[in-house]
Amino acid sequence: MAAGTDTQPGSQPAPLCELRGISKAFPGVVANDGIDLTLRAGEVHALLGENGAGKSTLINILSGMYRPDAGEIRFEGRPVAIDAPRAAIDLGIGTVYQHLTLVPTLSVLENLTLGSQGGTGRLDLGAASERFTQLAELLGVDFPPGARAGGLALGQQQQVEIMKALWRQGSRVLILDEPTSMLTPQGYEELRRELRHLTAEGLAVLLITHKLHEALELGDRVTVLRAGRKVGSLSPEDLRGHGEAELSARIVEMMFGEEASELASAVEVEAAPVARKLPRRELGPVALEARGLALDGDVDAVGVREVGLEVRSGEIVGVAGVDGNGQREVAELIAGQRRPRAGEVLLFGENVTRLGVRERERRGLRYLTDDRLGEGTVADLDVAMNAVLKRIGTQPYWRAGAERREEIDRFAQRLVERFNVHTPSVRSRVATLSGGNVQKLILAREFAGEPRVAVFNKPTHGLDVRTAEFVRDQIREAAAGGLAVLMISTEIEELVDLCDRIAVMSRGELTGEVENAPGVEERIGALMVARAGTGR
Amino acid sequence: MISGEARAPGKLKMRAFLLGDAALTAAVPIVLAFVANGILLVALGRDPFTFYSDMFERGLFDWEGFQESIIRSAPLLLIAAGLIVAFRANLWNLGADGQFLLGAALTAGFAPSLLDSLGVWPMLLATMAIAALAGAAWTIIPALLRGRYGVNEIITTLMMSFIGIGVANVLVKGPFKTDIGGVARTDVVPFDERFPLLFGTRIHLGFAIAVVAILAIHVLMTRTSLGLRLRILGANPRAALHAGLNPVRLTLIAFMLSGALIGLSGSVEILGVQGSFRADFNPSYGLLVIPLVFLARLNAIGSLVLVIAFSVIQIGGESAARQAEITTDVLLVLVGMILLFMAVTEYLRTRRGLGMRFVPPEVAERLRPLPGEGAAAPSEPRPAVGAGEVGSR
Repeated sequence: MAAGTDTQPGSQPAPLCELRGISKAFPGVVANDGIDLTLRAGEVHALLGENGAGKSTLINILSGMYRPDAGEIRFEGRPVAIDAPRAAIDLGIGTVYQHLTLVPTLSVLENLTLGSQGGTGRLDLGAASERFTQLAELLGVDFPPGARAGGLALGQQQQVEIMKALWRQGSRVLILDEPTSMLTPQGYEELRRELRHLTAEGLAVLLITHKLHEALELGDRVTVLRAGRKVGSLSPEDLRGHGEAELSARIVEMMFGEEASELASAVEVEAAPVARKLPRRELGPVALEARGLALDGDVDAVGVREVGLEVRSGEIVGVAGVDGNGQREVAELIAGQRRPRAGEVLLFGENVTRLGVRERERRGLRYLTDDRLGEGTVADLDVAMNAVLKRIGTQPYWRAGAERREEIDRFAQRLVERFNVHTPSVRSRVATLSGGNVQKLILAREFAGEPRVAVFNKPTHGLDVRTAEFVRDQIREAAAGGLAVLMISTEIEELVDLCDRIAVMSRGELTGEVENAPGVEERIGALMVARAGTGR
Repeated sequence: MISGEARAPGKLKMRAFLLGDAALTAAVPIVLAFVANGILLVALGRDPFTFYSDMFERGLFDWEGFQESIIRSAPLLLIAAGLIVAFRANLWNLGADGQFLLGAALTAGFAPSLLDSLGVWPMLLATMAIAALAGAAWTIIPALLRGRYGVNEIITTLMMSFIGIGVANVLVKGPFKTDIGGVARTDVVPFDERFPLLFGTRIHLGFAIAVVAILAIHVLMTRTSLGLRLRILGANPRAALHAGLNPVRLTLIAFMLSGALIGLSGSVEILGVQGSFRADFNPSYGLLVIPLVFLARLNAIGSLVLVIAFSVIQIGGESAARQAEITTDVLLVLVGMILLFMAVTEYLRTRRGLGMRFVPPEVAERLRPLPGEGAAAPSEPRPAVGAGEVGSR
C-alpha cells in the first residue's frame, strides 16, 4: 500500500518534475534500475537509502552530470533532455552537493557570482547585492555579502551553497545531497526552518539522506531506494496518519528487507539509544599521551592550544565537539602528519614527537582520517593498492622494492571480505566505489595488522545504520582486546554509546572532560559552547 | 549475483571496447594533424602527397634513413624517460635543455683527456656518469625549493635551464676550448673511439642504452614501491602525507632521477653522434619530447613508440623539406597540430563519456543485482584523464 502513492490524485500540488523508469548502469553495476520519482512544488521529497543504493547517481542524472541509459524526465508535463549541467540550470534545477565547493579566499558575493555572469562577462554588482538580500531574507542568513567564505562556520557555508543553487532567478527545484552531514543540532534546526520557507515559496526540494529520522522529520514525502531500485514510498497521508515508530519500522523493512525487523533496535530513531559501552573493567597502562599540544592556525588548519589527553590500553576516550574545532588537527598531531609548535606526543611512555608517520605506525598507532576521498585514498589506484597504501615497500607485499601482486590482492581480499566492502573486484578503481564502501575499506585498513593505539576520526561518518553499528562493534571488540582508542565524533549519541570518558573540544581547546554516565549529554552540550578557562 | 557465463562475454566486449577506444583516441589526432598540415602545404604551393611520401620514403623505408631515425631517437628516448619520472610525480621538470646541454658539454670537455689517460671504455663510462651527475645536480635547487617551500618548479627549472645553457657555453668557450679555428668547440673524439656500433649497422650503443633506460623506467613506475610512491605523490599529495611518505625526499628522488637521465642523453648525443661540442649547439630536444610524452599519457612504452615515430618524421621531414624547398619548421607545425587535435579529441571524448552507455543494454539486463545484494554505485566517477591533465596542476 505504500508503493505507488505518488500517482494518487487528491489535493496535492501538480507534479513539477517527473522521473519515469530511470535506469543507469556502470561497468559491473546497475546503479539505477527503473526508478520513478515525482517532485511537486512546495514539497520536500526525501530520498532515503543506504550507501550505494543509487541516490547519488539519481541526483547526478537530474542535475545533468550523467545521462540515463533508459527512462524519461518530464518537467511541467513536457519531456525534457537534461544532457548537461547547463540544461538543468536552465530548467531551474539547483544542486547543493555533499562536499563544499566554495572558494575559501573569496567573499560570499564573489562565490555566488562565480560562473553566473552575463554574456559580457561584466558583473552587475547592484543586481547581485539585491539578489543576495532577497535570498538572505528567505534563508534567514546573518552574515554580510562581503564576508570571506573560508571564515564562515560550516553551517553558514552550506547556506551560501544553497544560495548559490538558487542564485538564478526562477529556481524551481533544489536538490540537497546529505545536507545535514556537517551540521550541528542548531544548524539542523535552522535547515529545517529554511526548508519550510523555501517550500512556502513554491520550490520543490529533493533531499537526499541515509538517516531515517531526517527523512521523516524533513520530508513531506519519502521514497526509499535499495540496490538501485525504488522499494517503496510514503505519501504525505501516510506520514501524517501513522506514528513515528510504525513509520520507521516500515521504512527499515523497505531499506533492508524482511530480515531487518530484528535490527530495528539498532535504528537511531528507536527511543533513546541504549548505552552499550563496555562495562567497568581493568584498564592497561597509559598507551597514548598528549601533553600541551599547540599548533598555530593558518589557511588550512585550526589553531590548537594546550591539548592534553591520556588514553589507556583498552580504554575508549571520546572527543566531542562541533566539526572544525581543531579535532582533525589534534588527530594529525598525534598521527605525525603535523609538527606541533609546542607539546609532546607519547606512545607507551616513549616520546614520539619527532618521529614520522611510519615510525609511529610501526609502534602500533593507527589513524583513520575523516577525509576518505581527499587523503584516505588515491582515487586512481585500485582497491588493493589503497588497502596497502600505508604498507608500501614492506614485506610480504613488496620484496626488494618489487611489487608482489598476488600477496597484495590476497591481503585486500581479506579486508574486503571482513568489512563486506561492495566492489566488483579488488582490482577496481577506488573512484568507482560509493562513499560508504570507501569508508569500510579504510576502516578495514586501519584495523588490519596489530593496532595498539587508534585515533578514529568520525569512523561511522556517511555509513548506513547497519554498517555504523558493525563498525562500533568492531571498535568495542578491539578495545576489549586491549586497543587504546581515541574516538573523535560529532555525534554525541555515538560517543555516549561507546566511550568511557568524553573530552570536549571547542575553538582548538579542550574545554573539559567528563566520565560517561547517565545524563552526560547535557554536560557535553554545555562544554561544546564553553571556552576554556585559560583566557585569551 | 551474476552467473559466470553471463558475465564473461560482457567483460570481453567491454575490454575490446576500451582497447579500441584508446587506440582510436591516439590515432585520430595524428591523422587530423597530417590532414591539416597537408592543407598548410597546399597553401604554401607544395604537394602534400609528395611531401609525405618523401618523408616516409626517407625516414622509414630507406635503410640508411631509417638508421638515421633510430640514431636520432636515442637522446630523445632518454629525455622521455627522464620526463616521465618527474611528470608522473606531478613535478614539471621543464629544464631538460639545460640538463641536456650540461651533460653534453661536460662529456665533450672531459672525453679527450679521459681517453688519453684511461682508454675508450673507462672514458665512455666516466663521461656518462659525469653527465648524469651533472644533470641530477642541476635539479637539486628546484627540487628542494619545491619540496620544502612549495615554490613552483616550472619557473625554477626553466630558470635553471637558462643558467645551464649559459654554463655549458662558458665551459666550451673557456676551459674546454681547443685551438681549432672558427666557432669555439671542444676537441673531437675520433669516430672509432666513440660508442661502438650495433651489429654492423650505423646505430650506436646509445640507442640500446636508451631503450633499456625507458623500459627500466616503465618497470620502475609500474612494478616497484618507489614508482608507486612517486605516483601517489603525483596523484594525491595529501594521501602521500597520510600514508607516511616523505614528500621532500620523493621530490628530490624524482627530480634527480629525471635530471640524471636527461644529462645522460646529452652524453649519448656527444658519444654517439657529435663527437664534440660546438658553442651555441642547442637542438632543444627537451621541448620536442614534452608533447610526445603527453601524447603517450606519460606511459613509457607508448612514449617509446611515439618517439621513434617522431624521429622518423623528423629525419624524413628534414629531407622532404629540403626537396620541397621549405623550412623544416613545418614539422614543428605538424607536431603542434597533433597536440592540438589531441586536446580536442580528449574533450569530445570526455563529453561523449558523460552520456555513454558503459555496457550494451542486453548485458546490462544480465547485470541486474538481485534484491538484497547491495551494489556498489560509483558515486563520483571522474572524467577521463588526458587533455585536462596537460595544463592542470
